[in-house]
Amino acid sequence: MKMVLSHIRKEYGGKTVLADCSAVFEGRGTYVLMGRNGCGKSTLLRICALLEKPDSGDIAFFSAESRLPQDLLLRRKITLALARTGVFNTTVMKNVAYGLAIRGVSPAVTKQKVVQALAFVGLEHKKNQRALTLSSGETQRLGIARALVIEPELLFLDEPTASVDQENTEIIESIIRTMKKDGRATVIMTTHDREQAERLADRLLVMKHGRIEETPLP
Amino acid sequence: MNSFSQGFFKAFELILNLNPDLIGIIFLSLKVSGLALIIATMLGLPTGAVLGLARFPGRGLAVSAMNTLMGLPPVVVGLFVYLLLSRKGPLGFLGLLYTPSAMVIAQTILAVPIVTALCHSAIVNVDPIIRQAARTLGATPLQETVALIHEARYGILSAVIAAFGRVMAEVGAILIVGGNIAGYTRVMTTTIALETDKGNFELALALGIILLAISFIINAALHAVQRKGAVPSL
Repeated sequence: MKMVLSHIRKEYGGKTVLADCSAVFEGRGTYVLMGRNGCGKSTLLRICALLEKPDSGDIAFFSAESRLPQDLLLRRKITLALARTGVFNTTVMKNVAYGLAIRGVSPAVTKQKVVQALAFVGLEHKKNQRALTLSSGETQRLGIARALVIEPELLFLDEPTASVDQENTEIIESIIRTMKKDGRATVIMTTHDREQAERLADRLLVMKHGRIEETPLP
Repeated sequence: MNSFSQGFFKAFELILNLNPDLIGIIFLSLKVSGLALIIATMLGLPTGAVLGLARFPGRGLAVSAMNTLMGLPPVVVGLFVYLLLSRKGPLGFLGLLYTPSAMVIAQTILAVPIVTALCHSAIVNVDPIIRQAARTLGATPLQETVALIHEARYGILSAVIAAFGRVMAEVGAILIVGGNIAGYTRVMTTTIALETDKGNFELALALGIILLAISFIINAALHAVQRKGAVPSL
């Protein structure tokens, strides 16, 4: 799936957050959107994930060069793992199963996929644990497993390591690298950590003054 | 003091012997309150959900009204239902006054604001990120709403249990509209009031003990629900 952003603009209460953002995302790989806190990275991801509408500009998704309508079908091919994972008050397994349950996937297939996703993020041993009792790092991994299990074509990760310890940062980075190796999805993630961005990115984009600038990798 | 302890002794005897009058009164109490609770939940839960999820003019006023109505004086409700159902009242033709149905109506009126206000509170207290999480995973607006209500389930259950506690202990309204007719509209609370007036403390005490036991069970259930639903502190 190809995503094209053209002159995206967004304001909140008279303050311009996104001034003029344009970029093309296509092909498997990891795109890292870097910038200081409050520069508009999360807003842009929310617009890309169709959670918010831009004030002006256009966001378009293409499959084999034909533009896709922005309907439920498209929304179910893309997903965003939020910076603060919204955990349902139930078990880890049921949290991960949610996306499949609302798509009407059979319980047997759901169970199989959920177990695989949990194994991928290293949480299979906690599948029956109440999700609210997980640590912040584990919660973040749960959010990634929940997004991955629905096999999205575009996966947005908003600051996936912002509030986790060093150990969980390494685990999450390893998960992102494995996703890239497996070609599971096009990953577009945000971070404010330049070193992390350089470690993970296939393409590095920097947000400055509400605009996106592509930066060559060292 | 002696008659008090004798009363207790005889009360336990009545309970242990499964006295048919006693059983009949308990059964009617549970039936009337249970029916009132089912109807109140069917009305209060959707109303609470709409108040919690929808945005419309006058919503704040409606929420304040529901919170105020939680403290409705039972005798006022009894009087209102009495006037409604009395022979000259607008619904007098139904012939419901002094029947268990009239008692169900009165208890329903008392329970609806409790269920509505507490369900509303449970739903608005769900973290807004839950709705966003559901949306990012591809939920439709209806599925988002279901996810929110599911997340509020422990609070909703607490609302239902709290309303049940209120209607089970209620006496004023059902005494007015039920008439306390033996074997027909006589329930635990009205029997306690009547038997105390007559100086017949045995049955009154027996029913008091059972009412306390039911109240204890309700509170224990409420506590268990709240503990299960509580967000753990890490």
